[in-house]
Amino acid sequence: MGFAQSYRLRVQRKRWRIRAFRKRRELTRVADRTGQIRKRDILVFSTCRNEAIRLPYFLRYYRDMGVSHFLIVDNDSTDGTRDYLAGQEDVSLWTTAASYKRARFGVDWLNWLQLKHGHGHWTLTVDPDEFFIYPFCDTRPLPALTDWLDASSIKSFPAMLLDMYPKGRLDAQPYVAGQNPLEIAAWFDAGNYVISKNHLYGNLWIQGGPRMRMFFPDEPARAPALNKIPLVKWDRDYAWVSSTHTLLPRGLNLVYDEWGGEKASGILLHTKFLHTFGEKAAEELDRGQHYAASVEYRAYAETLKQDPELWCRWSEKYINWRQLEILGLMSKGNWA
Amino acid sequence: MLVHTALNRAEQVARHWAAAGCPVVIHADANVPRRVNRAFRKSLADVESVRFSGRHRCEWGTWGIVAATQEACELMLRDFPEVTHVYLASGSCMPLRPVQELRDYLAARPRTDFIESATTADVAWTVGGLDSERFTLRFPFSWKRHRRLFDRYVELQRRLGYKRRMPNGIVPHMGSQWWCLTRQTLSAILEDPERPTYDRYFQRVWIPDESYFQTLSRLWSRQIESRSLTLSKFDFQGKPHIFYDDHLQLLRRSDCFVARKIWPHANRLYRTFLTEEGEGRKTEPNPGKIDRIFSRAVERRTRGRPGLYMQSRWPNHGWENGTTCAPFAVFQGFAELFEDFEPWLAGQTGMRVHGHLYGPARAEFAGGQEIIAGAISDSAAIRDYNPRAFLTNLLWATRGEMQAFQYGPADNQHIRWDLARDGNARIAVISGAWALPLFRSNVNFSEIRAEAARLQKIEASFLDLLRATDTKARVHIWSMADFIEAPMEALQTTLSELGTRTTRRLSEAPTMSDLTGFGRFLQNLKNQGMHPHLMGDFPVSTDPQPGGARKAPKPYLVRK
Repeated sequence: MGFAQSYRLRVQRKRWRIRAFRKRRELTRVADRTGQIRKRDILVFSTCRNEAIRLPYFLRYYRDMGVSHFLIVDNDSTDGTRDYLAGQEDVSLWTTAASYKRARFGVDWLNWLQLKHGHGHWTLTVDPDEFFIYPFCDTRPLPALTDWLDASSIKSFPAMLLDMYPKGRLDAQPYVAGQNPLEIAAWFDAGNYVISKNHLYGNLWIQGGPRMRMFFPDEPARAPALNKIPLVKWDRDYAWVSSTHTLLPRGLNLVYDEWGGEKASGILLHTKFLHTFGEKAAEELDRGQHYAASVEYRAYAETLKQDPELWCRWSEKYINWRQLEILGLMSKGNWA
Repeated sequence: MLVHTALNRAEQVARHWAAAGCPVVIHADANVPRRVNRAFRKSLADVESVRFSGRHRCEWGTWGIVAATQEACELMLRDFPEVTHVYLASGSCMPLRPVQELRDYLAARPRTDFIESATTADVAWTVGGLDSERFTLRFPFSWKRHRRLFDRYVELQRRLGYKRRMPNGIVPHMGSQWWCLTRQTLSAILEDPERPTYDRYFQRVWIPDESYFQTLSRLWSRQIESRSLTLSKFDFQGKPHIFYDDHLQLLRRSDCFVARKIWPHANRLYRTFLTEEGEGRKTEPNPGKIDRIFSRAVERRTRGRPGLYMQSRWPNHGWENGTTCAPFAVFQGFAELFEDFEPWLAGQTGMRVHGHLYGPARAEFAGGQEIIAGAISDSAAIRDYNPRAFLTNLLWATRGEMQAFQYGPADNQHIRWDLARDGNARIAVISGAWALPLFRSNVNFSEIRAEAARLQKIEASFLDLLRATDTKARVHIWSMADFIEAPMEALQTTLSELGTRTTRRLSEAPTMSDLTGFGRFLQNLKNQGMHPHLMGDFPVSTDPQPGGARKAPKPYLVRK
């Protein structure tokens, strides 16, 4: 990477931060409890829209993990999401009716909130349908991981999206609020992920899984990206570039070992495929607020008409993180 | 006891030592805020046998730690004359066995100094390439805060050939900084008239806490047992491994006296080990199992799992430690020459035999499946999107079962380079056999001619690649004419190369397809101006080759 290139990235990072600063005005404060945040707290940042049914379990999952405070942007929900979140003691809530797309799919909002409140904290940026899994998560709380990362001078921790789906029709088993969604969406694709490297930002670009297999069998290049770096020791100089796939400065994207070894990594269990999915896909397609002219949602709508089953004979049923480790989807690295 | 964070845990452990009758001298890092330190001292004020020594700034790799240790040891030897052994511990150390067992252990070895101490030539654990240079260069800059200055200054000294001399010809030794020394040895080191010389020298040594006492105890000790009584494992970057609640059983079974580092929030470990009653065991420490777990972790971090490509393992070219995870076999031309090659091969070897995995229409998985292990789809588009990942994924997902597939010049060629440079690949080629489907096809001859020219060109360049010097695959190449000259020998060679369970002689041969008229077909190609050369020499006569094709194909036996 030459000097010119790294300077360009620097300018780009500044630009995203300025943009985030400008976009702050789109956010209206609903409940600001950020005064409660203590120095070593782990924070969750999230945007959501009409996720009331998922939030009870989402909040419980991360509270149990050791997260102390949630900072959430509600994008104009109509299903009571806002009231529910405003009533939670450890949630700070902002709301906006502005365009999700024009905020670069929420990235500008999160960049702003993280700039303002995330500095010096370990921040976990996840959607309400994403459940973070890390090595030893069944016996060690999240602060054990962040302490270890601190001791190892690691600033960012990757967790690939793993699409979970039910056996049978997506709407066969309705999800109820507070339920563990993995009871329904318990299956995943174990080993059909393809990786290439983005040489500009240095991150890996991972695609595959049931979405490529079922929704993009003829145009695999359009399948959504699965690489994510959700856990970052945030600094006010950092910026998300596109969703939580890519960060600047680019050193934060180098979460993989290039000399044959394995760095530690986790998984985001992505429970998008519940009975709510069909409805959601139709609505999102209608709003046209998603990436690349919502190509993903168009493919969903197209395929969903045929009422597909994502499950196949070779699907794996989720057991625990050790299973994912053995399958090679995540790694303990040198954490033992 | 050297402490700098998690003071509540340090207090807990200090009380534990003191309650067992061991006086404790605590050194709190100068970086601990004064207010916090005052509260800490106050919290231990009720314990008679706890003292606090003068505070030093203990930055990693610098002299401060040694200075702090010296002062604390002097205080200990002065204030507690009954002390026979001094055990250096940290705030994150935890006794795993009842203190009485440690006392008994030491009482049985009254003259032994437990200090890991090896010459620089003999240690393997140093990180960053500084081993003997730790003692011969100067290190005035902090490694943590001024890394660049540190590195530059080291580089400069190397260039200039700068070397320090050891004072009084001492021999530098290194080892774990957590030791247990007898009063005699420790006081001899501290009261040595030459101490100012040594101190001055070690103040500019890199990481003196791992060498000061380790070196000087060699001058005075009567009996050195070169190991640490503290279980302390380091990872490949020289950072200590941390113990958590889930290590409880491991720690208990290790029979070590003290372990480090314990995560301050490992409540179950603290609860268990600080309350456990003694049984008076006399067992020797046995950290073997823990050693293995941590060395496996380091192995995973540095070598990884060969053949795995994932979000946190993406090796640069040439650093894969094996591009695929297991041996596999590639057959080119066999399925064309033999009618039932795939089932025959599966039956003979127990391998999972696929058709043309890189075929133009779809990936022909064994048994005609549309999806296979790992939920890999047979879609040609998905496969061709990343042909290499398709192969590595398939092999990774089917670990434990050897895979074989057919390949040919009509297939996707973007994988050929990966095949050639993969030491796991066993490639067998019957060159020119791609002409057989053309020979049997019902297409206009001009199209056949064009296709034959194209396929021949592709196969010729593939063979060049396989014959290149940097090819790592194990390769066997026969021309078609050579192969049908003695097909059983060739098959036998191929299969024994695979290393599967076929050590016995082949009993059953696959059925060779009917080659009657193939010589004529090749001659026709020649007459059309195309030169098919990869098949070897086929006579134009319609008579089949000896031992080759027959009118009524049937299995035959080779007797030997």
